[in-house]
Amino acid sequence: MYLQGAALGALVVAAALAAGLRGTVLAIVYPVAAVAAVVMGVVDLGVLLQGGQLAARLPIGLPTIGGFHLRLDPLSAFFGVVINGGVLAASLYGMGLDRAKDLTPRVEPLFPLFAAAMNLVLLADDAYAFLLSWELMSLASWALVVARHTSVENRRAGHLYLVMAAIGTTALIFAFGGLAGPAGGYAFDTIRAHAPAPMVAVLVLTAALIGCGSKGGLVPLHAWLPLAHPAAPSHVSALMSGVMTKVAIYGFVRITFDLLGPAAWWWALPPIVLGAITAVLGLLYAVFDRDLKRVLAYSTVENVGLIFVALGLALAFRANNQNAAAAVAMAAALLHVLNHSWFKSLLFLGAGAVLHATGRRDLDGLGGLIHRMPRTAVFFLIGALAISALPPLNGFVSEWLLFQSVLAAPAMPQITLNFASPAIGAMLALAAALAAACFVRVYGIAFLGRPRSAEAAHAHEVSLPQQIAMGGLALLCILGGLFGSVIVLGLAPVLTTLVGSGLPNAGTGPTPFSLIAFDAARSIYDAPIIALFVAIASLTTLVVVHRLSERRTRRGPAWDCGFPDPSAATQYTASSFAQPLRRVYGAVAFSARETVVMPPPGDTRPARFSVTLVDFVWTTLYVMPGRAVLRLSERLNALQFLSIRRYLVLMFAALVILLSIATVMT
Amino acid sequence: MNEVYDISHLLAGVMLVTSFALLYQGRIASVVNTFAAQSITLSLAVAWAAWSQDRPDLFITATIAFTLKGVIIPIALHRTVARLGIHHEVEKVVGVGIALMVGLALTALAQALLLKVAHSPENYYAGEQLALALAIILLGFLMMILRRNAVTQVVGFMSMENGLILAATGARGMPLVVEVSVAFSVLIALFVFAVFVFRIRERFDTIDVGALDRMRGDRR
Repeated sequence: MYLQGAALGALVVAAALAAGLRGTVLAIVYPVAAVAAVVMGVVDLGVLLQGGQLAARLPIGLPTIGGFHLRLDPLSAFFGVVINGGVLAASLYGMGLDRAKDLTPRVEPLFPLFAAAMNLVLLADDAYAFLLSWELMSLASWALVVARHTSVENRRAGHLYLVMAAIGTTALIFAFGGLAGPAGGYAFDTIRAHAPAPMVAVLVLTAALIGCGSKGGLVPLHAWLPLAHPAAPSHVSALMSGVMTKVAIYGFVRITFDLLGPAAWWWALPPIVLGAITAVLGLLYAVFDRDLKRVLAYSTVENVGLIFVALGLALAFRANNQNAAAAVAMAAALLHVLNHSWFKSLLFLGAGAVLHATGRRDLDGLGGLIHRMPRTAVFFLIGALAISALPPLNGFVSEWLLFQSVLAAPAMPQITLNFASPAIGAMLALAAALAAACFVRVYGIAFLGRPRSAEAAHAHEVSLPQQIAMGGLALLCILGGLFGSVIVLGLAPVLTTLVGSGLPNAGTGPTPFSLIAFDAARSIYDAPIIALFVAIASLTTLVVVHRLSERRTRRGPAWDCGFPDPSAATQYTASSFAQPLRRVYGAVAFSARETVVMPPPGDTRPARFSVTLVDFVWTTLYVMPGRAVLRLSERLNALQFLSIRRYLVLMFAALVILLSIATVMT
Repeated sequence: MNEVYDISHLLAGVMLVTSFALLYQGRIASVVNTFAAQSITLSLAVAWAAWSQDRPDLFITATIAFTLKGVIIPIALHRTVARLGIHHEVEKVVGVGIALMVGLALTALAQALLLKVAHSPENYYAGEQLALALAIILLGFLMMILRRNAVTQVVGFMSMENGLILAATGARGMPLVVEVSVAFSVLIALFVFAVFVFRIRERFDTIDVGALDRMRGDRR
């Protein structure tokens, strides 16, 4: 705990120091943050592997509950490992920033503060500490989002983010209020000892879903996320998308699995249904979007949806006392948290590298980067493969566990869940397929083909520390895929505290690296053997192809149907690649319309092809309430211009109504 | 013991009747006269309370009420009315019938509330006194709302204050300091109102408070 405290203190001191610094010395925050992340990560790992817990109490905070409670138990330690891994990678990337150009006093002082706030959320052991650090995290990340405040788009993103964060925190205040009860027992120990009444518990669950869902990007509270995450500097985007959404998931797990006490089975329905909708809708947005960083942010929405489905399943299984199945679902959720933090950080850092090298985020301005940025291209490819859940990378392990738990859902006694599980499974399968399509598109358009702009043609590889940051994460994606079973074994203490059991047959497989969800007969995944098979099969194919074909490699012009046109615009674009999917799903999900304006014969104007998409969630849940509030406030504005007599009438009416209520009620 | 309460209830009841009369009066001069009558009744009620409860300090309250609100303020108001030359009808927002019906409903509300709150036998008489006081306060408020003329609004305000004093004498232990300060605040309020009334008059040639709204450009 002292080490954690010292590291947190170092982060805060670095933030405070950096606030007073200008120029190149600002770069000092990144080494400090990296060291602090390593220290905290090691402490977290120690607690996670050895079990037990660390606790401390600071003499600040609410006096009625005895100060500011801090505690590090296996659950927060696991999330601490996730967070500090992300912070370490982002700090490494930050060390590679151009000291002369990239450092600004608007970003660097807030970076360690943001990292410290996220760690503090995990350590909080009373509602006051939790909410305080949660708000600190929100505000720090908001300030990072509006760091480039000169762009109107960023200001708008920051405003929306601030509104959504305020709504989320308000919901969490209600959640903790419900948990603490009228006696005001805000310490988590007190809350655990007194389970709230069923009706209150439902309200708490709803509030937690709103509060944590808005931070994590659960549909329909996701609207801010694809605007705000890309607006921040890229290594901060990686932190927000890869790590901060995990803090939101931590909050949900802490409240529903730890603090709320025993669950009813139907509590699981909202997270499962919303999660499945989020997964599909997030990717549909991602497939149609043309901004590299926004695509990644939408993909984060999808992954948060997957995690919420897994958490919902775990909740349902636990309510039915099927602890083994609950452990599988929970392991899927936690492993996906870890994996997503790795590959999403990797992809955002890769997008940052592309942005740095070309100055562009729009996919239609990129292309051919594999030649100019070979290392970044390889790392990005690994990340894209991992997020598309291809074996033997890490994304596959967690999604495999998730599908295992979906397949076990028919064993539950509730008919609703029995019927829902095939639908959920189908939606998740659709999401998995869309994810693959989405990342084929992103990688193909950005890195393959010919450059679509001068900037892309003159791109350059990024600095060594940034390559190390991406390479480390790519290595983790591979290792996490090969040794997923070992990681799941390491999760056993967390699973036991949350759902009362670990994976039933963990560690009994034919090799030490076999991951067994239920039993070896029907659900076993042996990553190294699969990897070996993939390696042998591809090497054999390579060798055979090379043997059978002509030895010498020749370079020639691409076949262009006899019309040699050197323009890069003749290639597939991001929009044209998405067109088949847009025709299939876009009409339903976004009422997509394609219009072609063809000039009459003889006119030399070019023909115009345009696509319109309508975001129904945005128009119905954001624009319409916004207008309603505006209209209502305009109406109420008239109240400020009444005559004296009318104000007297209002007061009199209020008095008489209150007296009448008092008469009736007493 | 019962006669004590009977007489104090009688006086409070008379005050309530004058409150209704205030709502009913059509001319400003008679409104002021009715208010004077109510204030004198108040001073009698307070004096009776002082004698029956053996609280001599209440005699001072009674004296203040009599001289200030029974004599000085009505004379001042009469002179104001004479100087402004507004002996004509009081401008009403709603008709007398509706005003009286609403007043009746408010009185019923006050009774119902106080009977429920003070339902124990030992509180019964004090509760009845409070109910009458509350009804007078509500009727004073109603009068402020239902009259457009500034002078009648002043009278409504004073009538509310009469109700407050009545309630205060019913409740035990209200110290004299409070009453004195209440009386002085009313006096100051009267000055403020008077200045206000003359100002409106100077500027708009009327003391209909609606003129203020028209000046601000509001629609009615």
